[in-house]
Amino acid sequence: MNDAFDIRGESHIEVHKFRAGAILVATLLALVIQAAFPVHFSKAAILDLPLLVTIYFGLSRRNPSTGLLLGMVIGLLQDSLSGPTVPLGLYGIAKTIIGYLASSIGARLDTEHPAARFALTAAFFVAHQGLIVLTRRILLAQPEPWFNVHLFVAAFVNAFIAVFLFLLLDRLRRN
Amino acid sequence: MVAIPSRHKSLVLLAGIIVLQVLLLAVQIKRESKGRLIRVWTVGAASPFERAGSYGFGWVRDTWRHYFALQNTTKENEQIRHENDALKLQITQLQGKAAEADRLAALLNFRQSHAGVPMIAARVIGASAGAASQTIQLDRGERDGIRKNMGVITPDGVVGKVVESYPNAAQVLLLTDKESGVGAMLADSRTQSPVGGQGEPLLVMKYVPNDDTVNLGERVITSGMDRIFPRDLPVGTVAEIKSGNPFKQIRIKPAANLERLEEVLVLLSLRPLEMKNEENTGDAQPHAPGAANPSPAAKR
Repeated sequence: MNDAFDIRGESHIEVHKFRAGAILVATLLALVIQAAFPVHFSKAAILDLPLLVTIYFGLSRRNPSTGLLLGMVIGLLQDSLSGPTVPLGLYGIAKTIIGYLASSIGARLDTEHPAARFALTAAFFVAHQGLIVLTRRILLAQPEPWFNVHLFVAAFVNAFIAVFLFLLLDRLRRN
Repeated sequence: MVAIPSRHKSLVLLAGIIVLQVLLLAVQIKRESKGRLIRVWTVGAASPFERAGSYGFGWVRDTWRHYFALQNTTKENEQIRHENDALKLQITQLQGKAAEADRLAALLNFRQSHAGVPMIAARVIGASAGAASQTIQLDRGERDGIRKNMGVITPDGVVGKVVESYPNAAQVLLLTDKESGVGAMLADSRTQSPVGGQGEPLLVMKYVPNDDTVNLGERVITSGMDRIFPRDLPVGTVAEIKSGNPFKQIRIKPAANLERLEEVLVLLSLRPLEMKNEENTGDAQPHAPGAANPSPAAKR
């Protein structure tokens, strides 16, 4: 079934399983590329590969508990690789919630169609940024603008990249 | 004991994990520990991969820039190009090495012209893992004498300061980060004011009174007042001036190319340093590392 947003009962949605170690390798690769890539291609800083991996495995595994735990681990690792000016928990909280939401939506909708993936990734990207700003403003008392043009450009670029990245990650599925 | 319905279990787990992370944030704010132990483990585990990734990306980028990007420039020369492809590839590799040698020679030259200042050259192997901070990661750390709060520069100007040092790596907060700052002054009027980042390419000079005269293009240099950087290092040039109340709004273009850093120098001292100011540093002939007998720190 390839229809976007095909609303069906939870029990009819196929839960995808992955090859052993696929999630671990994909996660580590995303974090390392995220850190190493912008050194040589400064424009690549617009990408948030750890977020895309969180969204993909959330949508595919379709288990909210697994999704939020994976989001938490990826977020905390990203926090710890971002230097001491980023407190542990900033990305952690945001990606925990995104992991949970992606899994919950994945359990209710068919999200295999590229258009659905594009729209969902863009929405999750904006939500993720909103959660970070919310955490900064409320918990850390740091003034931060809510939205700007850069955010929407970044959401579009990440969603576009996600369509192709998700196709690549589909190959890690166990048939 | 109240049983939780299975459909609500994940929601309870979500709430529990969010609360734990909020507490984690609160602990860090209270103690300012910033979770050093977790960061040491994570950076220690990730830095070898980052190092390998950095060299890999560098090779791909150099090959692309010097070879593939030029492939379609002149179709009429296709036959000749085919004959020369092997040689071009060889030249590509040599160009990459030559560019790297030039950068390292500039670093060495700078290092030798300030022989009294202890410093070590380091390679940039990673950037911030997210857009929330502007940091870079170096391939040198505590084992090479790098400590927290040491200044980081290039021959072009100030880069930032070390915010965390691990056994084999160090994280540097770039001048452009929102939490970054450096004691600076205008080179002509000698008006002192800190310069800080805003998370954007341009820096901001904060406390210059409206009465003071500032010119576009005027050089901004370190004042030495922050006790991290010696006096008279280039910080940047004035790129934008607006009137404000009570201070001018001055934006500074950084002297160092902070978006394309590959090698940097770390000032190996936590005491105030005096930098010998040599105007013709850039014109001096680079010395061969072996002949000049530089300190081990400068040898890479």
